[in-house]
Amino acid sequence: MMLDKTIVGIIISAIAFVTVYALTPLLIKSLTKRNLVVKDYNRVGGAMLPRPGGPSILAGILASELTLYAFFPSVEILAIMITTSIAFLVGLADDRKVLGGWFKPLALAGCAIPIILLGAYVPHLGFPLFGSVNIPELYLVLIIFIIPITGNTINSIDVLNGVASGFMTIASFALTISLFIVHNYDIALASLPLGFVSLAFYKYHKFPSKIFPGDSGALTLGSMYGVITVVGHVEIIAAIALLPAVINSFLFLSSVKRVIEHRQIKANPVVHTEDFKLMASTEKEAPITLVRLILAHGPMTEKEIGFTIFRLALFSAALAIITSFMMGIKI
Amino acid sequence: MNGIPLFTYIFIMWILLIVGGGLLVTIIAPISITGFGTINHLLDSSIKALIAILLVVVWIFIMSKIKNWIFQKQISH
Repeated sequence: MMLDKTIVGIIISAIAFVTVYALTPLLIKSLTKRNLVVKDYNRVGGAMLPRPGGPSILAGILASELTLYAFFPSVEILAIMITTSIAFLVGLADDRKVLGGWFKPLALAGCAIPIILLGAYVPHLGFPLFGSVNIPELYLVLIIFIIPITGNTINSIDVLNGVASGFMTIASFALTISLFIVHNYDIALASLPLGFVSLAFYKYHKFPSKIFPGDSGALTLGSMYGVITVVGHVEIIAAIALLPAVINSFLFLSSVKRVIEHRQIKANPVVHTEDFKLMASTEKEAPITLVRLILAHGPMTEKEIGFTIFRLALFSAALAIITSFMMGIKI
Repeated sequence: MNGIPLFTYIFIMWILLIVGGGLLVTIIAPISITGFGTINHLLDSSIKALIAILLVVVWIFIMSKIKNWIFQKQISH
């Protein structure tokens, strides 16, 4: 049985990776042909890049999860596919038309409903070292909150070439390892496609990007991460793996003090130097973000900032894995 | 190294998450409300939810203070 799962794990990982790897160049051509392009403001000369890459990301997720469902049907896999697909549609709507700051959190809260209707959750919240608490009513509220939080958190870190997909690759593989450590093998298997689609998309999204994921891509990745968190009962571990992105959202919200879209902010948190490096803005109205803090020591290239964020992501991933070992210890 | 304050901040967030979880499991979860008949369960859940929300608010407040303390130099720049 374990050998079967290992083989299926390899198959679905390959499907997830190859689907995105093969479809994204076609999507780039199609989007460019239809003039669905946006300016890359951090590139010298401001190159126009196709957006959104969400369709190839979703295709990779659905192809691999459907294959997994064919081998091992479960409501958890159904919940992952349905919720992620609805989140993709929310993102696609936002890619096509600029919607208000509250639209995405509310619409993403609605995306969580299939998890509840399918009963793909256990209302226990597990903590490292101290055990778990049974919170039947509160857990429903928690589910409604988790999807908008993870979706928007990944969306808010999608500010530089390759950061969202690279960050998601690190966080989701940490989550998969943690799920194996806590012996939740079925969901660990279902989480594999998230890491592999992120990795395949990173190939085209890394600096210098050939495509942007857009809201449809970022929300698809973030929401799938959120569903896995719920159906895999690894809420705290997942939050820890996501800490650099959580800090980014926290800094942003605590400085602007309301829920707004990034495009609505009055002053940009970063500006360009003459040699087109990025530098922290000195404007008082500019919000504090993770990138602005990284740049506080001096200007950096976009690529250098991306790698600094990845180092933070690796540190959080290590803490998440340590936490998953601590889940088995009770004091 | 450029990002040391950020690594420190992440580490403190991690410690606070674990400590907060410990408070929830060992102190708040065992609280039991009795003597109100049929609304015992509702009252019990509501009070625990309220305390949990208060804990989150306290957590955000502490993180905000630590943020100002760690990044004081950067923010003032």
